[in-house]
Amino acid sequence: MGRTRNYNGTRVTEVKKEKMMARTGADVVVEALLKEGVEVAFGYPGGAILDVFDRLYKAQDKFRFILVRHEQGAAHMADGYARATGKPGVCVVTSGPGATNTVTGIATAYMDSIPMVIISGQVPSYYIGNDAFQEADVTGITRPITKHNYLVKNVKDLPRVMKEAFYIARTGRPGPVLVDIAKDVQKAVCEEPYPETVDLPSYQPKYEGHINQIKKMAEAIKKSKRPVAYVGGGVILSNASEELYTFIKKTRIPVTMTLMGLGAYPSTEPESLHMLGMHGTRYANYAVQESDLLLAIGARFDDRVTGKLDGFAPHATIVHVDIDPTSIAKNVKVHIPVVGDVKDVLTKLNKIVEAPEIEEWRARIAEWKERYPLTYELRDDEIIAQEVIVAIGKLTHGEAIITTDVGQHQMWAAQFLPFTRPRRWITSGGLGTMGFGLPSAIGAQVGFPDQLVINISGDGGIQMVAQELATARINRLPVICVILNNAYLGMVRQWQELFYDKQYAMTCLERTVECALWCGGPGSECPGYIPDFVKLAEAHDCYGQRIRKREEIEPALKGAFERARKERRPCVLEFMVAREENVYPMVPAGARLDQMIDRLI
Amino acid sequence: MKHTISVLVRNQFGVLARVAGLFSGRGYNIDSLSVAETQDPQFSRMTIVSHGDEAVLEQIVKQLNKLIDVVKVTDYHDHDKDCVMRELALIKVHTTPQTRGEIMQIVNIFRAKVVDISPKTMMIEVTGPEAKLEALIEMLRPFGIKEMVQSGRVALSRK
Ligand SMILES: Cc1ncc(C[n+]2csc(CCOP(=O)(O)OP(=O)(O)O)c2C)c(N)n1
Ligand SMILES: [Mg+2]
Repeated sequence: MGRTRNYNGTRVTEVKKEKMMARTGADVVVEALLKEGVEVAFGYPGGAILDVFDRLYKAQDKFRFILVRHEQGAAHMADGYARATGKPGVCVVTSGPGATNTVTGIATAYMDSIPMVIISGQVPSYYIGNDAFQEADVTGITRPITKHNYLVKNVKDLPRVMKEAFYIARTGRPGPVLVDIAKDVQKAVCEEPYPETVDLPSYQPKYEGHINQIKKMAEAIKKSKRPVAYVGGGVILSNASEELYTFIKKTRIPVTMTLMGLGAYPSTEPESLHMLGMHGTRYANYAVQESDLLLAIGARFDDRVTGKLDGFAPHATIVHVDIDPTSIAKNVKVHIPVVGDVKDVLTKLNKIVEAPEIEEWRARIAEWKERYPLTYELRDDEIIAQEVIVAIGKLTHGEAIITTDVGQHQMWAAQFLPFTRPRRWITSGGLGTMGFGLPSAIGAQVGFPDQLVINISGDGGIQMVAQELATARINRLPVICVILNNAYLGMVRQWQELFYDKQYAMTCLERTVECALWCGGPGSECPGYIPDFVKLAEAHDCYGQRIRKREEIEPALKGAFERARKERRPCVLEFMVAREENVYPMVPAGARLDQMIDRLI
Repeated sequence: MKHTISVLVRNQFGVLARVAGLFSGRGYNIDSLSVAETQDPQFSRMTIVSHGDEAVLEQIVKQLNKLIDVVKVTDYHDHDKDCVMRELALIKVHTTPQTRGEIMQIVNIFRAKVVDISPKTMMIEVTGPEAKLEALIEMLRPFGIKEMVQSGRVALSRK
């Protein structure tokens, strides 16, 4: 029995709460997070999830909760955390608008196969379907963008569902799983224990590659004259970089990576052809087109990679290693399919594989590499985005965690940064989500508090999520936020320049209503950029700096790295870069990989 | 070509939406669908008939396999000898005292059944493979079909 006073000061006796409190659905959620080893959750409260937040609050000493400023931010943070650490990211949001705000983040994670568990409150079960306040059919909305989802209307199911959700999110081909929990379920008393294991006969991911297929793969390698390995994000998800390294060093097969695969094999090694595809290197694309054996490992033949499908790798026997049978033969004809976890397949392959005789091929590729390096042209009067990225690479040597938004800056980062390890490169590949960079950097920083984390954003993308600077500052997450300000939605402008008669329709971010209706392009009469990103940084109590000159680039970066570490607050560096600069080489949509266009010299 | 896809699923709410979503998300129509519990009430069997690009259907079948609630998928082609496929139709046909006898004869030939009769109409029930139903309908058409309803196809493997 505890004693306390009521509002007018008279003593009243209060039943001691702790003893009376039965375990409710909300307790089960917290229990699940603890039992599943969750160290941090990202989210935002609201009416339909109040009970869970009440219990989360009490468990604050057991794990961390990051209160965001927009639920999309929570989803991207959970995603960035998952990509950096390999552990599932968790977010907790309310019903209706809270849940719908996570949709972009869930779809982003789904497209890149990132393990995540999203817990959303739902209106009480007896209101579901009645257009109740803040009701949305969240399982319906997220069905095509989750690996699986649940609506929990009975507290009896909750322990099992929570267990399954984590299991499904992290096994097989990973992905986001959403659990929508009716408010009365959160309040209801639960007697079912939290299960130790899952019982899901209809879900049995296959990890072991079939040895006969692996033998066929080894034979094809032995016979090949012009092999190329084409590796994707699956290698990183499967934590198979070491096995890949052994394989490549043993066979000396040239290896190219997709945007998602960067970091799977060190780009600094001689066998690396760096990235292939639309903005890949010429030598990677030429090598794929000329290859007689293409080893696709944890990659999925995305259209940004293959270019025109019926002209893709026309001479190659195609081997495809993937954990997901639906990926195999989806876009191209595969001659040797190997269903299994990349790590398992490569481990088995490394035991039997023999190096092919490919000296001639390697020499040919070396020549391409020599002849067609990635290039950029410095300008006298202004800095360009590429040199900022090169400077970041030079100062960090692939050791920092780098996140990006989507656009030109993303492609330049992919082209010009060195990548030496997996899980240091975090970018939205499949969905191509602007606004991903800052929150995913925050999530990665939560996972690695002492690591240098740099977000590289465009001036467009950062404005979709800039409010999360507050989240970063308040939680002492000292991310570096580099804004490459070209005052354009640069990637779209590039397409307009190349394919739409240079009509920059709605892509100028400096444009105001005072501008001429049909503007002739950027010039001295331009009105000045809104917002002022330095002031924006300062308004969030972050450090802000604007950089215009070449000689300021490295000192500004070094200064920010130092400051972030010492002051433990985010630093925003706005680089004013050339406005009309294009990403090259480029495979125009619908063209073959070897039909790349380049800048006019 | 037509595909008859038999899907054994966990008997849970939302499963039908998940399965249907794989078709609708690709702009594919489901020609027919039937769902009911199996001998084990934990599971239901759906039989889906669809047609379209082979590669797309192959992808749908793979995706069906990937759904967490799906236990087993079998893709039967038309004229598959390894399975029995049946559909059911109820056909309300216009009759006169003069045509009634002729219609009865047709019904007998097809081993169909008369399940309702009124002075001006007769309702006929027929089960069988699609071709049989089509043939009967063609035979009855000249008499005037007032209304008709057809079930989705069901299929079961002989093995
Ligand atoms: C949420 C979202 N909306 C629209 C797009 C289409 N889009 C792709 S790149 C791009 C321009 C990005 O501009 P910015 O962030 O300034 O980067 P830049 O290309 O200039 O480096 C746009 C609008 C997108 N990818 N994501
Ligand atoms: Mg821009």
